[in-house]
Formats: sequence, C-alpha cells, structure tokens
Amino acid sequence: MRVGIGLPTSTPGASRDLLLEWSVRADRGPFSTLAVVDRIAYPNFEPFTALAAAAALTRRIDLATMAAIGPLRNTALLAKQAASIDALSVGRLTLGLAVGARGNDYDAAGIDHRGRGRRLGEQLDEIRTIWEGEQIGPKCARPSGPRLLVGGGSGEALLRMARSSDGYMHGGGPPRAFAGAAARARAAWTDAGRPGAPLLWGMGYYALGEGTSDAGAGYLRDYYAFAGPFADKIAAANLTTPGAVADFVRGYQEAGCDELVLFPTVSSMDQLDRLAEVLG
Amino acid sequence: MVERNPPDATFGWGVVFSEETLGALRDADYETYTQISNSFARWSAIDIHFRGKTVRSHGHVFTGISRKVLLSILQGRCRELGVELTFRREVSDLAVFADADLVVGADGVNGLVRRVHADAFRPALSIHPTKYIWYGANLALDAFTFIFRQNHDGLFQVHAYPFDAHTSTFIVECPESVWRRAKLDTASEADSIAYCEELFGEELNGRRLLSNRSAWINFVTLRSESWHHGNVVLLGDAAHTAHFSIGSGTKLAMEDSIALVDALRRHRDLTTALNDYELERQPVVERFQEAARESSTYFENVSRYAAFEPVQFAFNLLTRSRRISHVNLSVRDPELVRAVDGWFFSRASGRADGVARLSPPPMFAPFTLRGLTLANRTVLVAPNQDSATDGMPDDRLRDALGRCVETGAGLVLTEQTAVSAEGRVTSGSPGIYRAEHGPAWGRIVEDLHERGGRIALQLGHAGRRGSTRPRSKGIDQPLPIGAWQLVSASAIPYGHRSPAPRAVDGRGMATVIAQFGAAARAAHDADIDLLELNFGQGYLVASFLSPLSNRRDDAYGGALDNRMRFAIEVLDAVREAWPGPLAVRMTASDWVAGGFELDDAVTLAATLKAHGCDLVDAVMGQNLVESRPDYGRLFGVPASDRIRNEAGVPTIASGHITTFDEANTILAAGRADLCVLAL
Repeated sequence: MRVGIGLPTSTPGASRDLLLEWSVRADRGPFSTLAVVDRIAYPNFEPFTALAAAAALTRRIDLATMAAIGPLRNTALLAKQAASIDALSVGRLTLGLAVGARGNDYDAAGIDHRGRGRRLGEQLDEIRTIWEGEQIGPKCARPSGPRLLVGGGSGEALLRMARSSDGYMHGGGPPRAFAGAAARARAAWTDAGRPGAPLLWGMGYYALGEGTSDAGAGYLRDYYAFAGPFADKIAAANLTTPGAVADFVRGYQEAGCDELVLFPTVSSMDQLDRLAEVLG
Repeated sequence: MVERNPPDATFGWGVVFSEETLGALRDADYETYTQISNSFARWSAIDIHFRGKTVRSHGHVFTGISRKVLLSILQGRCRELGVELTFRREVSDLAVFADADLVVGADGVNGLVRRVHADAFRPALSIHPTKYIWYGANLALDAFTFIFRQNHDGLFQVHAYPFDAHTSTFIVECPESVWRRAKLDTASEADSIAYCEELFGEELNGRRLLSNRSAWINFVTLRSESWHHGNVVLLGDAAHTAHFSIGSGTKLAMEDSIALVDALRRHRDLTTALNDYELERQPVVERFQEAARESSTYFENVSRYAAFEPVQFAFNLLTRSRRISHVNLSVRDPELVRAVDGWFFSRASGRADGVARLSPPPMFAPFTLRGLTLANRTVLVAPNQDSATDGMPDDRLRDALGRCVETGAGLVLTEQTAVSAEGRVTSGSPGIYRAEHGPAWGRIVEDLHERGGRIALQLGHAGRRGSTRPRSKGIDQPLPIGAWQLVSASAIPYGHRSPAPRAVDGRGMATVIAQFGAAARAAHDADIDLLELNFGQGYLVASFLSPLSNRRDDAYGGALDNRMRFAIEVLDAVREAWPGPLAVRMTASDWVAGGFELDDAVTLAATLKAHGCDLVDAVMGQNLVESRPDYGRLFGVPASDRIRNEAGVPTIASGHITTFDEANTILAAGRADLCVLAL
C-alpha cells in the first residue's frame, strides 16, 4: 500500500506560504501522493488551482483530487483542467470524482442538486472521450488520460465506479468500514464484467503533537457541520497519536487498500514532519 | 429512576443472554452478575420440530432468566447503591428533568424521550408483516425450541425457550393471511390461547399457555441515526430494536448501559463521552439489526422450505442470519454438520442415505444434470478478454479459460459468446456464428477437456448493449469506428451515449431465434458440456423482459406473459437443437422501482423450467443503467434462494461469493445448487 498526504487547503489559516512549502517538502518526503479536497461554499483553495501550484513545485509526488465534485463543473472545462494538470505534472494526476455530500455547494454554484448522480455518470464517460480525443487539449501523458477514480458509498456510486472508472475512492472511516466498502467495490467491478480489479483508495484525518487535537476536532466539526451529529463522530475519530496513525495504516493495508491518503486537520508545517516520522 | 409501571410489571416472560453479555456484566458490576447467574437457566441445545421429526443441534450456549426475577435483582441492586426509584409516575414533559446533568431515555420503542427529540435522533420505524404473540408455558424445555406446524389455516411457528425450571417463553408467529384465516384477528384472549393450545397440543403435552396481557402484534424495527442530543441519550429499545427471533432486546440494552457508563468514566466532557458511547455501540447494534433482519426475513418466508428434508431444513434455519456458517456450526456441533454433509453427498452421488459418512463438504459434492456430472459445485466465470476478431475465439481466450480450469472448478463459464456479428457486446467479443467459429471452439474445448475441465458456453445477443469498445477502461462505451446497428425490444438507448437501437420486428426476431438455434447446434458439435443462454443484464432478450425497456404494443409487450414470449421462443428453438443440459441466466431484479422484480423472476423461472430449462443462473441488475444496486455481502443469494425454492428449479448463485465457507453454507442450506466463486 502506498501512503499519501493531504495538502492543507481547507484547514483554518491555510496560506500561500504553507501550501507552497508543504508541496515542496511533501515531494521530498515518504509520501506517494499529494491530495486536495473540494468544496465551493467553504474558505478552501480551489482544488485544480492548488494542484497547478503544487505541480509547478514538485517533480516526483503524484497529485490527486479526493474528490472533486464533478457535477459542479462544466464537463469539458473539468476535463481540460485535469488534462492541464496532468500535462503540467507530466502524468502525475489521479482525478477522483464524486457528487459531494453538501447541498450548499450546489446552491452556491447555482447548480441543481437533483440528478447529480446521473450527471456524474455522464461526465465520467465524456471526460475519458475528451482526453482520448483531438479537439480539447492539452494532450495527457498517457493515451487514455489520468487515472480516474470515483467516490461515494451508495450502490449507484459503486455502479458508476465499475462502469466508467479505474477504481474506488473511499470517504473515510475506520479500517473495517473501508474493508466493507472495498468488498462492495470489488463486487460491483466483477459484476459489471470488468477484467482485473478496481484500484482502492482510502483516506483519514490526523493531528499530531501537543495541543493540536482540539483544533483538529474543531476543524472537522466545522467541515462536516452539514452531517449533524455525525460530525462529532468524525471529529472523535481524528488520529491524534503516532500509535493511532500506525494502527490505522496497518488496518487499511490489511483491508486491501492500494493507496491511503492522510489529511492534516491543522494548518501547520510540522504536521507534515510528524506524519513523515510516523511513516518512517 | 422514574418508571410509569409498578415495580413488578413486565411484558413477555423470559430473557435470553449470551456469554459475551455476561462477560461484560461481570466486569461492569460483579454483584449483579453473581445474582443473575445464580438465577439462570442454562442450556446448549436447539430443537427444530419439523414435518414430524425433531432435529437437535448441540453446542449453542444460552442462558435465560425470568423477566420478573431480573427486574427485582436490578431494583434491589439500585436500592443498595442509593438510586432513588420512583414507580407509577408518568412523565409527559422532559422539562421535569431540567436540572439533570444527563437524561437517559430507556423508555422503550415508543418512548417519550425519542419522540420529543425526533428531529435530532432521526428515527426510522419499519413494521414487520407477520403477527406474533408472547405467551408463557408451564413447560420445562431443555432446548431453545422451534416448532413448525401446518394446519388447515396455514403454517405457524413457535420460538420457545426456558427461563426457569418450570416455565418457558412461548412465542407463536404466523403470516397475517394465516392469522386472518384462523380468525385470530377477532379472537378473544381466551380464544387465542385455546387455538394455540390445540395447535401445539403435542409439544405442550397437556401443559397450559399463560397470558400476560398477551396480544397479537407486529414487530417494529427501530433505527435511529443518532442516540444523543445535548444532555439526552437513548439506550436499548428506545434507540434501536432487533427482531425477537434472534433474542437480543435486553442483551443490547444492558450492553448499551455498560458502554455508556464506561464512556462517562473515560471522558470529562459530556459530548465527547456520548459520542464515544455511540461510536462504540452503533456498529455493534447495526450488525445485530442486520442479522435480525435476515432472521425475520427467513421466518416471514419459511413456507418456501416446507418440502425440505428435516436435516437440511434445520441447517437452513440455523444459518439463517449468516452469523452462523458451515464452519461455525461445525465447531459448535460437528455431528450435525457431518450429518448434513453426509446427507448432501449421499443425495448428490446417488448413494443410499447415510452411507457416505466420510463425505466432503457440499462444495465438493458432485452435481448431475441431464447426464452431465460436475466434480464439484463451484463455477468460475472466465474474465472478459474482448480479444476476438470478428468473433473468432483466440489463444488469449483459450488461455483465460485454461487458467479457470486449472483451479479445479467444477464448471467454467465462458464470456458471453455472440450468436451473430450484431449480437456481440464489444468488437472483441467471441462468437459462434461463422462456419469456422464452431470448429475453433471445438479445438479449445478438446484442450480444456483434456485438462479435466467442464465448459459452459454462455450464449447471447447483446441487443442494445452491443457495438462497444473492449472493457478495460469501462463498459458500454460506444465503438467510435466500425459501429453496427443495434436492435432491442424498443428503440430506447441503453446508456446516455449509446446509439439508439431499432425496435426488432417479426422478421428480426425470427432471425435471432434461428441464430440461437444454429449456435446451439454448433456448440453441440464443438462438444460443449453445458449451454447457458443469457436472458439477463440488459442484453437483447432482457430488453423484452423488463417493462422499462419494452414499450411494445404487439404480442411481445405489455403483460409479463407477453414480455416472456420472445425468451420462450428462443429457449424452445435452442432446446430443440441442444440435447444437453441447458441453463438460463436471468436478471432477478432490475433494482428499479416499477421494473422487473423478484416476483416476475419466479414466474419466469417456472415458465423456463416448463420449457426445458434445467438450471437458472440468477444475477442482479444491469437491465438499466439508472438503477439502485445493492452490492452487499452475497447480494445475489436471496434471489437464487427464492427462485430455487419457489419455482422449483436448480440454481447457480452469484453475488461475490469469495470463501469456501460461504459456498458450503449456501449449498448445504439449499439456497443454490452451484456457486459462482469470485476468487
């Protein structure tokens, strides 16, 4: 299993300086991927813009959206943005797409929340066609474009994943929850008649070091405020000790995860070093 | 502690606990644990009375206690600890607890606390269809006892378990239709007792049923998204219920309260503690509710298994909720599992019952169908290669089949093989429509036979799912170059980018039917072992079956009988051309409201059987893109179970079966005859 790290684009106090230095140091660290989240109605950096900045400052580390909310974007523009990041990073992009969980992002973008699943399904096929086609560039590093992953827990989401992507992006939770979702993803994949197996990506949140756990939990409660009481549970599951991170990593590995991305929950450069230390 | 009832008031009779609950209680409060364990009835057997036989299964540890005794122990312990107990006080407004640090709502499934904060707890209630009633009986049982009894009104079942040396809980359950036929809907309390005493006279053996304000009710399953709000928290039935057939209400409530106290000890902050409590308990309860759902579904449909042999009936009952599998049961009760395996193997191999005492588990019992004997019950589906050129099966396809054969699977199923060039799914789909295809298959089959394989050719016509690219990057992606005209029941495209098909006309149908017949003959010449026709998954025949893809107004559209017509005509043509074992793959449910459903699948399976289909391969979904799939564990098995046991036709189960234990359990329980393994 590969382990990646989140770029802190949505934690309170995230700044230009932090993001740029974070990208440079992540590239030198033991991380496979640098990933970004996506919201509209939130004070975070726009994911493709942040990845463009990261692409310019890095040479090795893979880049990923985890996950970009497809239906909020025009499909041709989304495909073009992804192709551009892929070209700027020489084939290091993994495009994760999902419908997102929050209605207010759709309201803020002026886009109908209904029918979002169907629209994402259509986008997935269209994006690949655009990447492979001649009309809309730039040319991607690989002929069929970046790796395309799909998130979402419903049966519909898994069907979209199996029909039109390279694998599954899980939305977070304990290893057992990931294992269950991974089994369903494999089932959907085989059932659709796809050869081979889906790529399986997982994610988690962490805050390491004295006095960071309250701030981390506070961010998660705010970020997941839409989820009501469930936000408290997400906040309570934040990984706040090296032991908890190590257990989590081991649990995901045992559950068959291909790539686990850990997102910081406080905006501080030392979070990257602390995670690097735990991962060895 | 505020209670609206008097101190000794309780519904029902006894409570069942497991070892784990007792362990948790011992750690939490040793005093109570000691008192409770001294009052326990313990037993380790389950008796299943069915069709005049009793099957006894050993090795299950149960402990039971009278509800009244349990109440008095808990109340006594509360007094000892200085808890102020108030009885006969109805609370109608939570404001009376305004000065409390924490309000614990343990007030049951219809409790006030949950109702007051319904917005925060987001409860969902579902009512089960069967009727049941809690009786007691002056009966000293020595086993958890299930009784199934058929009379002129229908099938009744009893769940009975002892809770002291003289008395047992005795729950009677039946479908609502049976309950009405027996006029129990209008019966008085005494009439109901008289009816049940007569019905179960043999088991009661002259003992009486006891009523405790007993009434016929429907079980209600409650799920709540959240169990706490501010300084209010729910536990037990107030937060969640699980069907009585897995006996867990009091157990879960006690475990909840232990976890709640632990969480409050661990955290100074109330919200953190309540979150932690919920994080710990919700997954446990959800697993129980899932097992309870499977258990209650079993009892709601048990008449499906009325013709089973008692030994298989018992195994099916014991494994109903998937908490107990073939492996678990062979640890608890090796003798019973040996008896099941022996019975299964004897029947499968045509020996006299009981001769095969040293028999392999069901997965490795042979399967015989119309003269073909498979060495075992496993099926592997060869992964799609999409490597053929104009339908010609190539080396890559042969090698993929060879790798499946090497696993030792009883049967290897090819990827869908087209009956015509237009019937191909992708540009690389194999076919059996040109003169040279049959002999090419013949050479492949000969090679696989030499390696010990048994080969099923999956025959189909892609219909509106045809003309697509190879599936490495996705499915249903239209071919950009070299596309061909699609046909379907109606001119409705499959996916949003799929080209519009033409509605196939009478001549077109006749052509396809002839192509199926010709392909079957070619398959026969190629020495194929078993033929499977794909009538599911959105391909041509499936497009006729689903009302959502068939809008025809001729004899092939409209009612199910009409929608099945084309499938039957294809089957008849193949049956005429193909003397060997014949399977049909069908989508058992569209997974869309208003689509082809499991009821339709049972009708279709029975009709196919009448027309010479030997085996049904039950799969799910794919008839329509916009569907609501459920890829939960073993998701195809319920459909296989229902089709096999209601339409009376052997079935292949699929749905991501990944372990031998799952396969053995499915087969021994009679939910399928063959299992597709996803290895």
